[in-house]
Amino acid sequence: MTSIRPGEDSTATTNKLLEINNISVDYYAASGTVHALNDVSISLERGKILGLAGESGSGKSTLAYAITRLLHPPAVITGGEVLYYPRSSGGREQQRTPRRAITRVPTRPDTTPAPTDAESAGDGNQRGRERSGYQAQNSPGDITEPVDILQLTAAQLRTFRWSELAIVFQSAMNALNPVLNIGAQITDVLRTHRPSMGADSRRQRALELLRLVGIAPDRIRSYPHELSGGMRQRAIIAIALALAPELIIMDEPTTALDVVVQREILELVRALCREFGMALIFITHDLSLLLEIADEIAIMYAGRIVETATNQELLRQPRHPYSYGLLNSFPSLHGPRRKMTGIPGSPPDLRAVPAGCAFHPRCPMAFEACSRSIPMLRASTAETPEQLVACHLYDPRFNSGEIPTSEDFAAKYEANFEAMIGKRRE
Amino acid sequence: MNIENMGANSPFIALNDDAVSIPLPPAVLEAIHLRKYFPLRQFKLSGPRKVVHAAEDTSLALYPGRALALVGESGSGKTTMARMLARLYEPTSGTILFRGEPVKGNGRNALKDYHHHVQLVFQDPFSSLNPVHDVRYHLKRPLRLHGHARTATEETEEILALLNRVSLSPAEQFIRKFPHQLSGGQRQRVAIARALAAKPEVLLADEPVSMLDVSIRLDVLNLLLRLKDEEQLALLFITHDIASARYFAEDTLVMYAGQTVEGGPSEEVIQRPRHPYTQLLISAAPDPDRLGPDGKGSVTLPARGEIPSLINPPGGCRFHPRCPHAMPVCSERFPKRTELGGGHWAHCFLYGDGEANPASYKPIAVTPSRSSEGRGKGESGNHASPEVEIQGNAALPSDVSAEG
Repeated sequence: MTSIRPGEDSTATTNKLLEINNISVDYYAASGTVHALNDVSISLERGKILGLAGESGSGKSTLAYAITRLLHPPAVITGGEVLYYPRSSGGREQQRTPRRAITRVPTRPDTTPAPTDAESAGDGNQRGRERSGYQAQNSPGDITEPVDILQLTAAQLRTFRWSELAIVFQSAMNALNPVLNIGAQITDVLRTHRPSMGADSRRQRALELLRLVGIAPDRIRSYPHELSGGMRQRAIIAIALALAPELIIMDEPTTALDVVVQREILELVRALCREFGMALIFITHDLSLLLEIADEIAIMYAGRIVETATNQELLRQPRHPYSYGLLNSFPSLHGPRRKMTGIPGSPPDLRAVPAGCAFHPRCPMAFEACSRSIPMLRASTAETPEQLVACHLYDPRFNSGEIPTSEDFAAKYEANFEAMIGKRRE
Repeated sequence: MNIENMGANSPFIALNDDAVSIPLPPAVLEAIHLRKYFPLRQFKLSGPRKVVHAAEDTSLALYPGRALALVGESGSGKTTMARMLARLYEPTSGTILFRGEPVKGNGRNALKDYHHHVQLVFQDPFSSLNPVHDVRYHLKRPLRLHGHARTATEETEEILALLNRVSLSPAEQFIRKFPHQLSGGQRQRVAIARALAAKPEVLLADEPVSMLDVSIRLDVLNLLLRLKDEEQLALLFITHDIASARYFAEDTLVMYAGQTVEGGPSEEVIQRPRHPYTQLLISAAPDPDRLGPDGKGSVTLPARGEIPSLINPPGGCRFHPRCPHAMPVCSERFPKRTELGGGHWAHCFLYGDGEANPASYKPIAVTPSRSSEGRGKGESGNHASPEVEIQGNAALPSDVSAEG
């Protein structure tokens, strides 16, 4: 997504963490093939937060599972590559030093410094990392060759997962094992991935992690049913953090939570990302939330990315009519109270996606080219080359006229809505 | 405060002179000092019985053509209120007035009569429809039970009309469908149509859109808005999303742990929240307008923690353990309702204890959003020193010392 600007030096490349190229996923269902992901390309830099937004069935979760290779039949990855740029061991060591120094995260309930046993945990990390099979041996400080996650063998995948990439699942409230206490579930990760760690240092690391996510360490023996929803979510995040991964994927981590708790979790996640230099892919349908937390946002519709932009660009001027509609589906707390129209219709059946742009039957701006050819991601305007949009409105071949603004979108959506109401009344 | 007094002093009519008092039709449905305790199953024979204090002393009124939003976190007693109003739960104490008359009778016929006028839409359309019955059956039952259709032809006509009213077209196709063939939004529309089939005057909607997809939510909200306006339905709209309360409802009532803490016209409550809990809710809500120049909106919540156990709730104001402005008196008793002018009221000692005069009332300067500087600095957030600047509210200190 963050396309390398011409004239920029190689630092842009070295910062890249994940690059997804043309990935496609199909579900082979009895009633027909569901094209859940079509040719999705996106990239992510180290330490950045990427937000994925869209309606249900737009392929957000499928993308997350494809990256982590968690898809099971009938889902099949039919093409593409997921390149992961590992940090070399030298770079990793430099990275680790500030990590241990962290003592304060805003949401932590106490201010006691983290125990020095973190050292042993760190050493354990290091050893585990050296053993991992996918890592090419390069001189320290260099970025090693990218690995294609989709080509990793089962054994390589096993070492790759969790130490480099962790995932927080949807309905994480139910993702904890009810018959094990949370301490056991955190140390379980360490026992599997860091066999060299002793029981005591595992426990110390678990305590440290709990403190980090704002759970009192004496809750380590609590069972999931003894914790509230927010605390369970924190425990899950602690498990994801156990091996200090480079990338965490969170699939609707806050949907089941109350607003206040949701806000606490968001602030926690953001603080952790900042402190650890961790990258995050944050999946949600709540665009208003993403605008606050994410650096970059990708809007998905019917298995394709229709727009990618920074949060500010998207807030200032959504380019795709769907992004505009999604952005204006949330009542606001301030400003004039006005009638909101939402997006008419419902998401398409992925077994029979409309020809051309999949959004055109619901799009108030649709013209005849939209049902003919599928728009590709392109720079929206000359002023905003980083804001990519898949819409014929920005293609001079199809639209030689004015580039629409938010007011145009609003007017068209409004007119559409009125027409629909009128039709209903008749 | 006795019942007659409450009835006349209905919560959302501005009584003071400076505010424009809106001539409201009489309330259709009123709840007066409703209280609900759920007894806990206990094995011990002696000793005090434990109860869950789900709703305490809650009063509200619904007017035709107006919506009241009930806002709060889960566990705040919103659903309990709706179920008491729908008479699915018997209140432990308190009165429900329908068109000014206390409702009475618990028998089958009394309840049927009541449900003729008051209907409830449940939160989860995936479990509120019976999977073995089609749409026709779901809509036929209330039509027959309430005597709106007597013959099969009448029934079909009515059902088709209902489906059109909730924008399920072509209705001829939907009538034969089973719940599993419908999307979430369509199911919720069927659930709304089922409630409308009884031709009610009051519709109680318990989080009607929280389980739906984003783009569908507005559709369903707009449908309810249209029904409210066109058919003069009185609506109770339960939500945890304060922004949709602002969009949808004329009046808002905020509940916390079974207590009502603040209420009034939605715009007033949301733009000028008084109770620390309302301020917390608003500062926690996603708000893209908060984005700073760096593209990051940082929010420091004024309070942390979660809703307390309702089996042994904290004494006094139940928010005091989380409240950044808590005073000793807060743990001793629940503050009385203080009118703040314009129909806006709050239960909070910060603004007096019931007898405050709206004319002498001076606003307390609080910044509900964009609270990056100064507020909630303490790690735990609890019992932090009050950072609200209290400007010349002379009534406040004397009140506190007198009560404390």
